[in-house]
This record gives sequence, structure tokens and C-alpha cells, in this order.
Amino acid sequence: MIELCDVTKVFNAGQPNEFTAVRGVSLTVNGQGCTALTGPSGSGKTTLLSLIGCMARPTSGRIVIEGDVISSLPERFLTEIRRRTFGFIFQQFNLIRGLSARENVMLPAYPTGAPLRHVRAEADRLLERLGLAAKAEVKVEWLSGGETQRVAIARALINNPTVIVADEPTAHLDTALSLDFMEIMRGLRGEGRTLIIASHDPLVYRSDVVNRVVGMRDGRVTEEEAGPR
Amino acid sequence: MTAGSHRHLRIIAYVVGSLRRRWRKNVAVVLVYGFVIFTLASVVFLTQSLRREAVAALQGEPEIMVQQLRAGRHGLTSIGDVAALTRIVGVREALPRLWAYHTDPASGETLLLRADADSPPGDREVSAGAELLRRRGLAVGGVLRLQGQTGEPLDLTVSGVAETATPLESAALLRVSRAAFRALTGMPDGQATDLALRVRNRRELPTIAEKISQAMPSARPIIRDELVRTYASVFNWRSGVIIAALLVPILAFILFAWDKAAGLSPDERREIGILKAIGWETSDVILLKVYEAVAVSLAAFVLGTLLAVAALALPQPLTVLPALLGWSTLYPPFRPAVALGAYQVTTLFFLAVFPYLVATVIPAWRAATTDPDLVMRA
Repeated sequence: MIELCDVTKVFNAGQPNEFTAVRGVSLTVNGQGCTALTGPSGSGKTTLLSLIGCMARPTSGRIVIEGDVISSLPERFLTEIRRRTFGFIFQQFNLIRGLSARENVMLPAYPTGAPLRHVRAEADRLLERLGLAAKAEVKVEWLSGGETQRVAIARALINNPTVIVADEPTAHLDTALSLDFMEIMRGLRGEGRTLIIASHDPLVYRSDVVNRVVGMRDGRVTEEEAGPR
Repeated sequence: MTAGSHRHLRIIAYVVGSLRRRWRKNVAVVLVYGFVIFTLASVVFLTQSLRREAVAALQGEPEIMVQQLRAGRHGLTSIGDVAALTRIVGVREALPRLWAYHTDPASGETLLLRADADSPPGDREVSAGAELLRRRGLAVGGVLRLQGQTGEPLDLTVSGVAETATPLESAALLRVSRAAFRALTGMPDGQATDLALRVRNRRELPTIAEKISQAMPSARPIIRDELVRTYASVFNWRSGVIIAALLVPILAFILFAWDKAAGLSPDERREIGILKAIGWETSDVILLKVYEAVAVSLAAFVLGTLLAVAALALPQPLTVLPALLGWSTLYPPFRPAVALGAYQVTTLFFLAVFPYLVATVIPAWRAATTDPDLVMRA
């Protein structure tokens, strides 16, 4: 379970360009479901995802993951939690150009010190599951948009995280590929993983994979509703 | 294998890929940095070679040399002073030495003439350093033509190859008889270049030198060890001057390195952000950059050092030899023996690796300690 208590995030604090991206948000995300954060651009969805995923620390408020307060932990422990607990699918996919699909998928496992053959086998298994076995050796800049995203999904799963965090995952996909993506999410949810997706795409937040929709505007939670399921 | 070793191996594998992906930039840095190291290494190695050469040349010298000063300069010494010197307590032996620099008008080279008392060549003979004979295309039995003091040609038959201690001697030494020496230099009978002293106890050298100064106020005693120290200081000073002159290009390179290698490109910042976001720790990113910097600077160090050694070993050194020897001295061409000291190589290693490491790792550390989401939005 992930719990946010009165969380605020201010960028450039004390400077003329100070900007409050998230204002006093309190939210609880229970395990084994799919939560969609919706709202217009600049509403604070991505920042909230970063805070939940331990990529940034809140300016004030508390974040609790599985009973542990993580908002005040040193960076090293935060990284450890991020690596163990979360898998990220970014809006721009953020794969490293010049590396093959397999190498990109293996990257998050490098610091774990897991033996190479285990990591490679797991990467190949994930790529095969996502229909990319034939593209394992191909450099990611040569892949199509849908393939690139599936590599990003495989990378998010390599450390077997319990929570998948996706930021505007369908922003660069057509309808068919967006529906494919939601089918993959359905599979992951079926495995018992928690999904948190920030999107203003109705194909996402109206999908029956989503069981909870949280609306945001100006850094605040404006509405909460149960999803289609 | 432990998890820690696996982690290092994975990061090293990533570094290899990363260097390959940015090969153009890395090759450019290695070439420019390698050239800077080459220049520095040339000065350092050559200074070391010349210092060793000087010390080796002086090893055969007597413990004290006594010269006469005339008008504040080195003048000829009367052989009659030998008796006065041998009376000084502690002096075992005093021998007049005949040696001189001889400028050969035909070649423009400055040669070293010596007339030793031990087994001298005949009056119309000469034994010369191997390198000098090679350069002149002479062998034993050949004739070497020199110009006498009054301008008349003096033909000497090469009777043998003189034993020499250093490449410089080998390129410059001519051993002749006393008669030939006086004909070539115009030095009158009863005069010598200087007097060589052997002493009974080396620890008494300073005392004996002081006694010589008191007994013969116009004489200048020179202790060999002091001469060695002076030569070393001269070459150290000259290499210092050259290194000071090189400071400008070195600083320019450091600025270049700071700007290009250290100032992370947007691509590199993004890559660090991605690595952090997917679970790499700050220490992993720093380790990555350390390995990268060590690989690049080590390659530059090896390249620069090997080039410097190769340049020194060439028949005509491509380096800063004339500047180190001094422009006013017309030595014959010679190739100093390459001398690599552990101290010099270690100094160069730290000069090469450490600044690049700092210049690369600090910005990477800054990028890696920022929240990854900020790095990715930048």
C-alpha cells in the first residue's frame, strides 16, 4: 500500500521562478489495482508519479510505502526502494540510444549484482513475452514506436517490481497500439501488480483495466471515482 | 563471484559500450590529451636522459679538478703547480690533463680533444668515438683531417675506437698524442688544461679544496660531486623553463577538457537521469564515469608516453632536445640513451589521469545527485 499525506512539491523554492507542482495531496493507493491519474497538462500528474516512485522527495508531507515512511530517507535507500519496488514506463520511453533492446532491458538489473546469465535469460523471457524476441539484438533507435514502448515495459519488469508506474504511456501511440498497451497492463494487473498510470487519454482512464480514477488540476486532487471495474 | 564483482563487471561492460557509442569524441580527446602528455613526457624523459648522461660522463672524472683563473675565466694551468698540490696533506696524486674543445670548420661540429697519459696514440694517429667514426664514414686505417691552430691541415690516421662512457662522448671524442694535441690547440709546453687530483679520503674533499684555495688563491678547485649536482640543477632548471612555457597549452587543454569532457552534454545528462530513474545509485553513476575517465586518460597517457619514448629513440630526436641543451652550444648530433625513471613515469601518470578524472567525475556527480526527475526534465 502506498500512502501520501498532505504532500507538497515546490520547484525552485525561494527563487523568482518558484513553482508549486503538487499542493497538499493526500492519497492512498491499495495494492493489486490500477489507478489512473488524469488531468490537463501541468496539473501535477507527472510530479505526483515521481514522488510516488521515489524519484523526487516532497517539499513537505509524508509518503509511506508498505508501512515505511520513505519521504525522509537518504538518497541511497530511496534508490534501493525505487529499484526493488517500482518499474517505470516513461512518456518518452527514455531508452538509451546505441544500445540493443536486450541491453536496455537489462540495465536496471546491473547494480543489483545479479549474475549476467540470469539477467540475460530474464530479459529474453520478457522480450519474448512481449513479442520482441526477434528484435533483442536490434538497437532501440531502429524500432517502431510500439516496439520501443514494449522494450520500455520489459525494462520496467526486469527487477520484478510490485508497482508499475507509467507516465502518459499512450501519448505517442495510435489507437491500436494504445489498446495493445492496455492489454499488456491488464496482464500485469492479473499477475497481482499495482499499476499507477498518469494519462489524459480516455482510452486509458476509461479502460476496464482501470479500477480507480483520480482527477487532478493545479497540483490538487479534484475528484476521485471508481473506474469501469 | 560476489554480487559486488558482478556489479563492477556489468558497469565496466556498460562503460565499454558507452565509449564505443561516443567513439568520435573519445578518440578526439585521447589524441589531443595524448599530444599534451607526449610533449610533457618528452621534456621529462629527455631531462632524465641528459642528467644520467652528465652523471655517467663525470664518473670517470677525478675527485677534484684544479683550474687556474685568468681574468675571472678558466685559463691554462702550469704543470709546475703539481709539486705544490701534492704537498697538501691528503692529496695522493696530481696529474696534468690536456683536453680542449675543437671546432672543426669542415663540419661545424664541436669535438672533444683529449691527450691522455695512458697508452696515447702515435703523433700522427687518432682514436675516436664509435659514433663520430660512423658519422664521418671512417674506419681504423682511415684518415681524419683536422685544422691545426695556425690553420694548417693535420691528417691523423685512425688507429682505433676510443672507449666512451656516454653517447655524447661517442659522438665527440678524439684521443690524440700530446704533440698532436698541442699542434691542434696551440697549447704551449709546460701548460695543461687543468690538474686532476686523487685524494686519500673522500670525506676530506671539502677540506682539501679549502686548503688548495688558501695555498693557490688564483686556483679554482672543483669537486666532482658538486659538478654532478650543478649539471642536475641546470637540466632541472631548463626542463622547468620548458614546462613553464608549456603551461599555456596545458591550461588550454584543461579548459578544453573541462568544457567538452566534463561539461556533460544534454545527452549524457539525460542518460544519467535515465540510469538514476531505473534504479542506479549515485555511486554506480560515479563508478561509471570514473571507469570512463580512467580508460580515456590512461589511453592518452600510454599513447603520449610511448610516442615520447619513440621520439627519443629516433636518430634525430623530434623533441625539445635543442632547447634543453641550450641554443648556444653546438654539440655534434647525438642520441641520448632513453632513461625512464619510475618517479618520472608515476608523476606523468598522475598528471595525466588525475585532472581528467576530476574534470569528468565532478559534473557527473552533480548530475547524479540531483533528483532523477529533474535531470530528465532538464
